[in-house]
Amino acid sequence: MMQGVQIDLISEDRLAKLTSMEKIRLILDDVKEGNIIVLEKGLAPEEASKLIELTMMEIRPDGFTGIEMETYPESESVGFSGFISRLIGRKASSRLTVIGPANQLKMIKKEKDLISAWVSSR
Amino acid sequence: MSFLIRAKKKISRFLRFFLKKKSARIGIYGPPNAGKTTLANRIVRDWTGDAVGPVSEIPHETRRARRKENIAITGTNGNSIVIDIVDTPGVTTKIDYHEFLEYGLDKEEAIIRAREATEGVAEAMHWLREDIDGVIYVLDSTLDPFMQVNIMMVGIIESRKLPVIIVANKIDLPDAAPTRIKGAFPQHPVIFVSGLEGRNVEALYEEMTEHFG
Repeated sequence: MMQGVQIDLISEDRLAKLTSMEKIRLILDDVKEGNIIVLEKGLAPEEASKLIELTMMEIRPDGFTGIEMETYPESESVGFSGFISRLIGRKASSRLTVIGPANQLKMIKKEKDLISAWVSSR
Repeated sequence: MSFLIRAKKKISRFLRFFLKKKSARIGIYGPPNAGKTTLANRIVRDWTGDAVGPVSEIPHETRRARRKENIAITGTNGNSIVIDIVDTPGVTTKIDYHEFLEYGLDKEEAIIRAREATEGVAEAMHWLREDIDGVIYVLDSTLDPFMQVNIMMVGIIESRKLPVIIVANKIDLPDAAPTRIKGAFPQHPVIFVSGLEGRNVEALYEEMTEHFG
C-alpha cells in the first residue's frame, strides 16, 4: 500500500459557505487525522482566536499535540484601489494558509512571499 | 535610589486613593518564555512593592491568568494612569509534555503541566476576547519575531481595536536584536526593555501612560 500524507486544498468558495465554527471543526478534524490543509484564504482574527482555544482543548498526552500553522503576511493594496480600501475601512484579507499536526509539519523557511515546509508521515 | 522608590510608592498610593474610577485591565501577552511574568513582577514591584507570580526557565510556568489591581503608574512626562495588570499564560498552538521531560520533570508532572498549560492558553484567549482593555505584547529579542503565533496574536489584538505596546524584552542578552521586532511591527510602539534588569522600564512607563491613559 502506498505510504504518504494526505493534503487537502480547500478553496475560498468552499470556505465562504461555512460558518466560523464549521471552518474550525473542519480544520481540527482533518488535522487530527494527520492531514495537511491548505486554505486558499486564511482565517479571520476572531476565527484564529477560537482555533487556538479549541486546539488547546483537544490536546491529549501521547495523542494530538496541537497544530502548526503558517500564512503569508497580509498584502497591502497600493495605488488608487489601496486608497479606496483605506477610505472605506476595508482591511487587507489574510492569504493562503497551511495548517498541519504539530508533530508532522515543520516550517523550514518563511518569507513574505514564500513558505517552505517539511512534512513527515505518522 | 531607595528615596526615589519610596517617593514613587507614596505617589502611587496617593493616586489610588483619589482616582477610584474603574481601572483599565492591561493584559501582558506573548509566546511562552518571553519574560512576561518577569516584566509583570518588575512593573508591580516598582509601583506597589509586591509581585505577581513565580518565574522559571521551564516553559509554561504561568498556567493561570493573574491579576493585580489598582497599579498607579506615573511616567517621567508627569502623566498618570491606574490600571490592573493581568499576567497571562504564554500563547501557543502546540503543547507536548515530552518538552517538559527535557527539563527534568517526571512523566506525571510533565503531563499535569501540559494539561494545565493548555487550559491556561484557552483562558488567556478568553480574557483577550472578553475582559482586556489594552495589551503589552512581550517578545524575546533573541528570537525571530515573525513566528506565526505573534502574527496571529497581533492580528487578533488589532481586530479588537485594543491599544497595544510591543515590548522587545531581554535586551540584556548578548544576541538580542530588538530592532528586528521594531521592523516586524512598524504600526505599533516598540519599547526595548530588560524586565530582568529593569533596563529602560521608565520608557515603558511613559509609553503606558500615553497609550493606555
